[in-house]
Amino acid sequence: MKKRSKDGLLIAPLYVFTLLFVAAPLLYMLALSFMQRAEVWGVEAAFSLDSYRKILQPVYRDTFVESVKLAFTTTFLTLLVGYPFGYFMARLPAKRKSLVMLLVVIPFWTNALMRMYGWMILFRSNGLAEQALLRFGLIEDSLKLLYNYKAVLAGMVYALLPFMVLAVYSSAEKMDWSLVEAAKDLGAKNWQAFATVTLKLTLPGILSGVILVFIPSMGLFFIADILGGGKIMLVGNLIRDQLMSTRDWPFAAALSVVLMAFTMLFIWTYRKITHSDELEGLL
Amino acid sequence: MSNVLILEGIEKSFGKTRVLRGIDLEIARGEFLTLLGSSGCGKTTTLRIVAGLETPDRGRVLLNGEDVTEREPWQRNVNTVFQNYALFPHMDVAANIGYSLKLKKKSRPEIARAVTESLKLVQLEGYEKRMPSELSGGQRQRVAIARALVNEPQVLLLDEPLGALDLQLRRQMQTELKRLQKRLGITFIYITHDQEEALNMSDRIAVMREGRFVQIGSAQEIYDRPRTSYVARFVGNANIIRVDGRMLAVRSEQILLDGQETPGALAAVVKEKSFVGGMLRIGLELTDGTPVTASRHGIDAAWQPGERLYVSWRPEHGVPVEKDETAAGEEVDEEAL
Repeated sequence: MKKRSKDGLLIAPLYVFTLLFVAAPLLYMLALSFMQRAEVWGVEAAFSLDSYRKILQPVYRDTFVESVKLAFTTTFLTLLVGYPFGYFMARLPAKRKSLVMLLVVIPFWTNALMRMYGWMILFRSNGLAEQALLRFGLIEDSLKLLYNYKAVLAGMVYALLPFMVLAVYSSAEKMDWSLVEAAKDLGAKNWQAFATVTLKLTLPGILSGVILVFIPSMGLFFIADILGGGKIMLVGNLIRDQLMSTRDWPFAAALSVVLMAFTMLFIWTYRKITHSDELEGLL
Repeated sequence: MSNVLILEGIEKSFGKTRVLRGIDLEIARGEFLTLLGSSGCGKTTTLRIVAGLETPDRGRVLLNGEDVTEREPWQRNVNTVFQNYALFPHMDVAANIGYSLKLKKKSRPEIARAVTESLKLVQLEGYEKRMPSELSGGQRQRVAIARALVNEPQVLLLDEPLGALDLQLRRQMQTELKRLQKRLGITFIYITHDQEEALNMSDRIAVMREGRFVQIGSAQEIYDRPRTSYVARFVGNANIIRVDGRMLAVRSEQILLDGQETPGALAAVVKEKSFVGGMLRIGLELTDGTPVTASRHGIDAAWQPGERLYVSWRPEHGVPVEKDETAAGEEVDEEAL
């Protein structure tokens, strides 16, 4: 008994930290979402479901739908590019593996905001990319690459691809490749061996990659801001605007709660499918 | 056409390492052939070439008289029992065994029947719904064998299938495998580095060393008439003794020890005694430094380390053997063997 209480004491700081910096803010947010906006400044502590009702208004509902659509497209594209990338990376000889891994991770060393500004300089009208193309006569007029939906999509895929690559890589890395040989030995063609063995065994990686990409892609408001030129409104942008400009904190909180509910639903599904508590590729 | 499988001049290198240096082999239908050799001798590569998991740099693989050298693994009626079993962890036992039949688009009842039958064959009735992770090593082994056999291959390849099992289970599986092979009449190519296992199970043994066959023959031939000093040592744990410029292989139990000098006997000093494998092993050294081991029944002998003795053997027990050659054609340093 005595030993137990001692152990409890040792991990107490962890509980305090979690309560203080994780649980408390979340509860505060949840509480806020059920309050009312005050006339001039801040919130009134009166129970109300107005904020949640507001989400159902066509304007905001559309924002949600658009965000989910963009998130789905982003996830699909990162999977399309990231799966083969992670798969082949796992099959490289050890030396080259670490080199490619480095190349994947290097972008993380620079702030994502900076990288988006980098994109702006490169791809804006009369930017570096266009100047080069013009000089070589490959284009005659400006391509208007930025400030549209495609630019935001490209930025999202670019920013989130490493998560997918690493998630797929870590499950492909763990795979026993003699299983693929066994499948072929038993009569499976390459694609059949891939579909019945490789794909099934890397499914946890795929799912965790999907979660790691889908969830942030709903909230990366600065990419929509920078590459969308303010024309694209995502849930992340909406929350930011409600919080910073409109100052409707309960509404911002309600939006966040819904977004979190979405996230939790995803993780719950992941656990159901993979029977695992950990996300693959979260180093 | 009694040969089910023929290998002709197979050569294979990985990078700069020459793994196979010209393998020729003919295997009769229904034969149990063992590739025996220490690790790195090329036996697994030979097996993988037969399975189609590797392509040889040179040479041909003929299955039933047909050249299958360039064929993919799925185009060969050959199945493998992998060293680590390679059971699909996400499929239950029935799905593992039925995998190849499902690919052949067999009907469900047909697959179920074949699975039940092959589980019976390996004495695992009723295990259909178990997952591989719920099985013991010996059970996984049996499932791997059932999975490879359900396809009715012309040749079954077994890559050290019993290596991970404990001694008792291994002996039992040896007997079972041999019985299974006789009953089904399927050709087995069996890989092992365990000479006892090879001698116990095989119709023929091919002793491999550095990517070549040193000797191919029945267990009896290999054991009684080893061609080279390597085979004599590796298969029979024989002593290699030079007499009058000839090399003779004499097995330890046939070494005679005497306190008195007899005609033709060699002087030796007792170095050590140990009790290994139910036998007393006496380590001696001849005057020219050649180590000689003699074995006796019983737990101890009167001779003590340091004692001088005379080593001899009956003439028929001294088998003349050739020197082994290294890959480069040089003579092998006997001490290094």
